[in-house]
Amino acid sequence: MQLDNLYQEVILDHYKHPENKGLAASYDAQVHHINPSCGDEITLNLTLQGDKVSAISWDGVGCSISQASVSIMSSLMLNKNLEQAQIILDDFMLLMQSKGIGAPDEAILEDAVAFAGVSQYPARIKCALLGWMAFKDASVQAQKKN
Amino acid sequence: MPLDVARIRKDFPIFTRTIRDGKKLIYLDSGATSQKPQVVIDAEVDFYAKHNAAAHRGAHQLAEEATDLFEASRQTVASFLGAKSEEIVFTKGATESLNLLAYSFSNAEPGSKFFIGPENSIVVSEMEHHANLIPWQQLAKRSGAELKWFGVTSDGRLDESKIDSLITANTKIVALTQQSNVLGTINNLEQIIKKAHQVGAIVIIDACQSVPHIPVDVTELGADFLAFSGHKILGPTGVGVLWGRYELLNELPPFLFGGSMIENVTMTDATWAEAPRKFEAGVPNMAQVVGLAAAIKYLQAIGIEEVHEHEKNLTAYLLKELAQISGVSVVGPTDLSLRGGTVSFTVDGIHPHDLGQYLDSAGIAVRTGHHCAWPLTRALGVPATTRASLYLYNDNSDIDALVVAINEAKKYFGQ
Repeated sequence: MQLDNLYQEVILDHYKHPENKGLAASYDAQVHHINPSCGDEITLNLTLQGDKVSAISWDGVGCSISQASVSIMSSLMLNKNLEQAQIILDDFMLLMQSKGIGAPDEAILEDAVAFAGVSQYPARIKCALLGWMAFKDASVQAQKKN
Repeated sequence: MPLDVARIRKDFPIFTRTIRDGKKLIYLDSGATSQKPQVVIDAEVDFYAKHNAAAHRGAHQLAEEATDLFEASRQTVASFLGAKSEEIVFTKGATESLNLLAYSFSNAEPGSKFFIGPENSIVVSEMEHHANLIPWQQLAKRSGAELKWFGVTSDGRLDESKIDSLITANTKIVALTQQSNVLGTINNLEQIIKKAHQVGAIVIIDACQSVPHIPVDVTELGADFLAFSGHKILGPTGVGVLWGRYELLNELPPFLFGGSMIENVTMTDATWAEAPRKFEAGVPNMAQVVGLAAAIKYLQAIGIEEVHEHEKNLTAYLLKELAQISGVSVVGPTDLSLRGGTVSFTVDGIHPHDLGQYLDSAGIAVRTGHHCAWPLTRALGVPATTRASLYLYNDNSDIDALVVAINEAKKYFGQ
């Protein structure tokens, strides 16, 4: 079934059992991002230690794609330095623009390769990107603060 | 007489195509936009192929024909609404119709009955589509007027209990939907219109979801302005209607300035043509206007009463079937009185966007999200819903397919 390309097992797992969900009390930056076309929302808290992502937590409501994507992204970015985080973010952006023919680098994207199928569904790309855009925004703000 | 849906579907070429690897198209998204019968497509093509010229301009035969077709379309729309021809303004959609009004109010001089100041209030409701909320919200901000609104009861009806504190001597505008695009609620506007007129307020009706589905006679309704879009009533995109009482339309200042909306122009000043022309600056969307008239004639031939009756029966069946699926909750009235064929619902544990995606894989087109009525879905505590909206080309088999697919989706997503 073509739909299985979209709803990979790992995505549904993260949707049901999200990681790093529940906002930490302290943070360097807090951002709130909304997908205005569907109403999905997330809040993301980020803490940096030097240029390393030392804490990341989030809360949100939305579809399985948006929520699983934040969950996977948050695990992936934790303990990375900002340079590595940028490489991962760029790779994920490329994957989303690949229209289903991208060959994602699992060494970089790890579980996030599961979102390859999303690139075949234009309406869902924004869902998958919601958390990643929030991370990008939060990392810029956290750097300014530090 | 019951509608012959199989025959009606033959009039709509889109139903000959398939969806997602050969699945039959089950179109349950007419609340967003309706499909088009061949006669509408033909009317547009015919205009371009045989009569294309700028209406109301040019001294040649084609211009005459284009003008005749354009004005005959105005007459068709007027008689469909029980209005006079000169009360029909063509716009590019209901959104433009409502913005036109809001900006025309802004252009009114102090002392005019349309002038809005900080001492005035504008009344809307919490169930408005963004198109009948934001223009008034922003007019309130520009003018300093207070924006007030009717709430919504837990069963999805307009809460009229505070009518006396909402509509007061200071109220200038009351802008309400006749049928909610999320809840399917049909608002009985009689009392509100009466109250609004008692205090001298102007009543504006968003009829996008009502005019395509229920008989609407503007004289009986008693409002002052009414707006709807062509594309939701089997017509083309890019055409909408603003109806206004003639004496009000004629007094209302224009909003868009340009060609053919003038009476006289000098380098430093201009005066306006009479309504409706003063609201139709620029060469209009003629082919689309002609297409809209073809759509209305098509609907009239079937009978708008018959369409309404058909949708009522379908809605009853849909509500009955949804009630039998565990975990499904309908957001909106579940009784059939004053209720249209737009049914929003949630399914426990499945986000509407995921459900919509699953339904799409089964060839079923629905809408998911906040349906451009975000304050409403927030007030109801459901950030998003799935919406099935019915029209004359739907039948019980479409609802059966929806029900089967919802049950399959529950299994797929492990609910």
